[in-house]
Order: sequence, then C-alpha cells, then structure tokens
Amino acid sequence: MSFILVGIAGFIGANIRFIISEKLNKSTSGAFPFGTLSVNLVGGFLLGLLVGAQAGEIYLLLIGIGLLGSLTTFSTLNKELYSLQKHPKLWLIYFLSTYVGGFAVAYVGYLVF
Amino acid sequence: MVYMYIGIAGALGAITRYLVNIFMVYDSGFPFSTLLVNLIGCYALAFITSRALPISSKIKIAIGTGFLGSFTTFSTFSVETITMIEDGQIYLAVIYILLSILGGILMSNFGWKNEVSK
Repeated sequence: MSFILVGIAGFIGANIRFIISEKLNKSTSGAFPFGTLSVNLVGGFLLGLLVGAQAGEIYLLLIGIGLLGSLTTFSTLNKELYSLQKHPKLWLIYFLSTYVGGFAVAYVGYLVF
Repeated sequence: MVYMYIGIAGALGAITRYLVNIFMVYDSGFPFSTLLVNLIGCYALAFITSRALPISSKIKIAIGTGFLGSFTTFSTFSVETITMIEDGQIYLAVIYILLSILGGILMSNFGWKNEVSK
C-alpha cells in the first residue's frame, strides 16, 4: 500500500517539476536553470516544514518521500552544474543559490512549527 | 502524452528510491541511502544525456527527467542535513554535505561523454 502512495505522489511530483522546468529553464547554452532552482528550494522548504511539524507517517510517505522527493532533484542539478562549467560566474551563482539557499529555506521551514 | 511517460517513470523512480531506503538499514544515523541514490542518479543522468543512444527522445526524457529526476532528491538531502545539525551531529553533517556535493560533481563528470551537444 505504501508503494502505491509513493508512486502516485511521485507521478505528480515529477510532472510538476517537468512543467516548471519547461517554463523556467531555457535550453540555450549558458542559461540559468531557474526552474530546477525553484523546485529544489520550494521542495526543501516544504519538507523542512513537514519534518519540523513532526507530521505523521502517512504524510511523510505521501508528501515527503513521494511528492517532494520527486519534485526536487539532485541529478539534474549536477548535470546543469556540469553544463555551466564554461560559465564560471553562473556556475558559482547556481551552486551557492542552490546549496546555501537550500539549507537556509529547509532550516526556516523546520523552525516554523 | 509526455505527462504519462514522465509520470509513470517518476512514480517508478520514487518507488525505487523508497525501496533503497527500506533495504539499506542504517543504525549509524548516517543517511547512506539518500547519498547512494543521489550519486548513482548523477552518474546515470550524465551518462544518458551525453551519449548518442539508440532510444527515442520520449524514452530519454522519461528516464532522465522522469525516473532519474524522481529517483534522486534534493529536499531529503537538505532536511537530513538540518536534522543532523539539530541533533548535534555537526561532523557527520559536514561529511554528508561534502560527500554529496563533491560526489555529485564527480559522478556527473565520470558519466559524461561528449557524443551529443548540450
């Protein structure tokens, strides 16, 4: 049963990420991946909220592991960092906004409740 | 129709990540399972993105954006780090951050082969 919940939420999370990335990530070389940054920051904040609020097992499974786990991505982030290597300034901005920003929003979310 | 491909692959990616999490029992308090899926996912995505593979673009987007995008996770990584720091396991958190960040960059480099531009 838990697998079905994770799967359904994963279906939705992957599509939200796809739609946001299609809209905000430009495919031209050297473009800043705003879409991936957005889903990762929003997803990190919401998971921080959920864990900080000590949400029940089913919410952690459905929203935490399924929805937010799939909404956010680590593989695409690193693929984009690889592609931005020729643009050191953008690379650094993307690196810092993702990791520093990611920890900051997750921590703020965690502290809310 | 592309939403079906991405959704089904995304569901499988999330379930696979969940399975790895269940089967990797850790009592050390160190999130090995997230680290493992994230590093494997980085290698695999770089691999399929940069190679001229005999698969359709639909399958490629299903595997890359759907499966591997959902298999790997940034939210769990961030929040696990925060909870480790909150639990006073600062050194462990620093090791986790370094292994994830450097490992992700390295695995993407290892997986990359310039057969297709982008």
